[in-house]
Amino acid sequence: MPFSKKDHRNEKLQQVDGSKGSSPAFPFFRTGASGKNIGDLIFENITRFFAFILLSLVLIMLFEMLRKSIPSIDKFGWGFITSQEWDPVHDNFGALPFIFGTLYSSLIALIIALPLSVGIAIFLSEFAPKWLEQPMSLLVELLAAIPSIVYGLFGIFVMTPWLRKVVEPFLGDHLGFIFLFKGPPYGLGMLAAALILTIMILPIITSISRDIMKSIPETQREAAFALGATKWEVVKVVLTGAKSGILGATLLGLGRAVGETMAVTMVIGNRPDISFSLFDPGHTMASVLANEFTEATSDLYVSSLIEIALLLFVMTMILNAIARLIVWSVTKKYNRAEL
Amino acid sequence: MNKGNTYYRWRKAKSSIMITLTVICFAVAIIPLFLILFYTISQGISAINWDFFTKMPKPAGEAGGGMANALMGTGILIALACAIGLPVGILSGIYLSEKSKSWFARTVRFLAEVLNGIPSIVIGVVAYILVVLPMKRFSALAGGFALGILMMPLVTRTTEEMMNLIPHSYREAALGLGIPRWKTTLFIILPAAFKGIFTGILLSIARVAGETAPLLFTALGNRFWSTQLDQPIASLTVFIYDYAKAPFEDWNRQAWAAALVLIMIVSVINILFRLATRKRKYA
Repeated sequence: MPFSKKDHRNEKLQQVDGSKGSSPAFPFFRTGASGKNIGDLIFENITRFFAFILLSLVLIMLFEMLRKSIPSIDKFGWGFITSQEWDPVHDNFGALPFIFGTLYSSLIALIIALPLSVGIAIFLSEFAPKWLEQPMSLLVELLAAIPSIVYGLFGIFVMTPWLRKVVEPFLGDHLGFIFLFKGPPYGLGMLAAALILTIMILPIITSISRDIMKSIPETQREAAFALGATKWEVVKVVLTGAKSGILGATLLGLGRAVGETMAVTMVIGNRPDISFSLFDPGHTMASVLANEFTEATSDLYVSSLIEIALLLFVMTMILNAIARLIVWSVTKKYNRAEL
Repeated sequence: MNKGNTYYRWRKAKSSIMITLTVICFAVAIIPLFLILFYTISQGISAINWDFFTKMPKPAGEAGGGMANALMGTGILIALACAIGLPVGILSGIYLSEKSKSWFARTVRFLAEVLNGIPSIVIGVVAYILVVLPMKRFSALAGGFALGILMMPLVTRTTEEMMNLIPHSYREAALGLGIPRWKTTLFIILPAAFKGIFTGILLSIARVAGETAPLLFTALGNRFWSTQLDQPIASLTVFIYDYAKAPFEDWNRQAWAAALVLIMIVSVINILFRLATRKRKYA
């Protein structure tokens, strides 16, 4: 901004005694006057200080967790993430079951949620009538705002009984030969966790994908129509443009699924085993923290749990960073194109 | 174009099929969402009465009782979160909007986004390390601290966005009158953006009010009336979690009721936010 680095008192002086001829249209825009208003200086530094707090907070979080997990890192080293042993009684800890549970439940949720939410986004941005689009978009955003504990409540009282009595026996009877559907139907387990995560990440992926598809310039659609494309072929053109944005949205959804705690804790069954069967109970990094942190007795136990938190932190940070960069670069590109 | 052409008809048919599929996607996704709302309302409404808001929880297994202490606790926790999160959030939001192009601002903006995506349970662990361990006890303060950290990136982003919505001509006019930059920001831009920022803050309050995970090992929960900041404190969400796990039917009903209260708070704030920001269209 051209105004910012000028001394306003100086300007006033110049305005008063400067003759009309010497300063053409705007005497204010004359550069050369240096030095800042003292109030500006103070204000700018106060706000900068608070911005700095925000920045240092992330670093402090990282540092403190690292410091507290040193006992566990010293003892187990890399074995921590490859060991399946989780034995608080003998102070022997390995995080593999939790890492597996987190990734497995999130990936299944993503596999179900991605096609659905892209479908919804296409519907909302391309086909939905105007009167439907607004309220539905509002609904989708409201759903993203529902606290996860409420999803957990729904999961534990409505979904898991349904899974145990209806879905899992059915799948077990008819598709039991596939490794995914082996074992007795508990209700609580990987399937329940994956489904509740699906419901939770749908609104996120949908709303971002829709925004990105909306930001594709109308001219591209018109060009495709002019070439004789059908409605679906136009959608494909739009999708090509929105591809990387949808990838970003997917990663954001994945980040949310990976970090989701309450709903998953309530339905996943909380057993630190590695099993690919969707019927078996599992455990995730977030759910082990929620369940065991207050009960952790030995220092090494707490330290191991904090190391899990650290791993989760780093994992989601990387996911989110990549996702944000992708979403930003895509929307920026098209916003510029529209101008 | 030859309409009798089979390829053309195939393309038309495929287009219709795919459009139908997107409609089906939409319908499939809407069903669980309506189910959640339906169950919360139908199960919760039966347990909501005056006692629910004014009475204390009854001992395990006894019917009746309420969650007055949890409502109070959530209120206190939110107040603490605001005290911690708002100054940092608002002022760094102002900084980002003023200095939007500098590398430092870019870094902060990016980290705020990253912070926003960090699981709330991890924030809880950090609050445990930074507050619970030094104090040697679970406390309302630790819970408020965790929620405050959660609020910061949300408030920062809203403040920045809302200030950026104010047309540039406002600033130019003020600076043109010789008003210093800081006064322009504080007394011209900020008041103009106030409504948006305020509703944005409400939105972030709605978000932290629904958080459970960071409270589990910071504020912990409390079955008794407590307003002391250095003691464990009850909250609506932990209350739901405890009561949902309990094997008593009456407790489960109360968990639904608390969930209904929570959903209503969150929805009302969200709708208010949409209404307030939709009208806000400057050139």
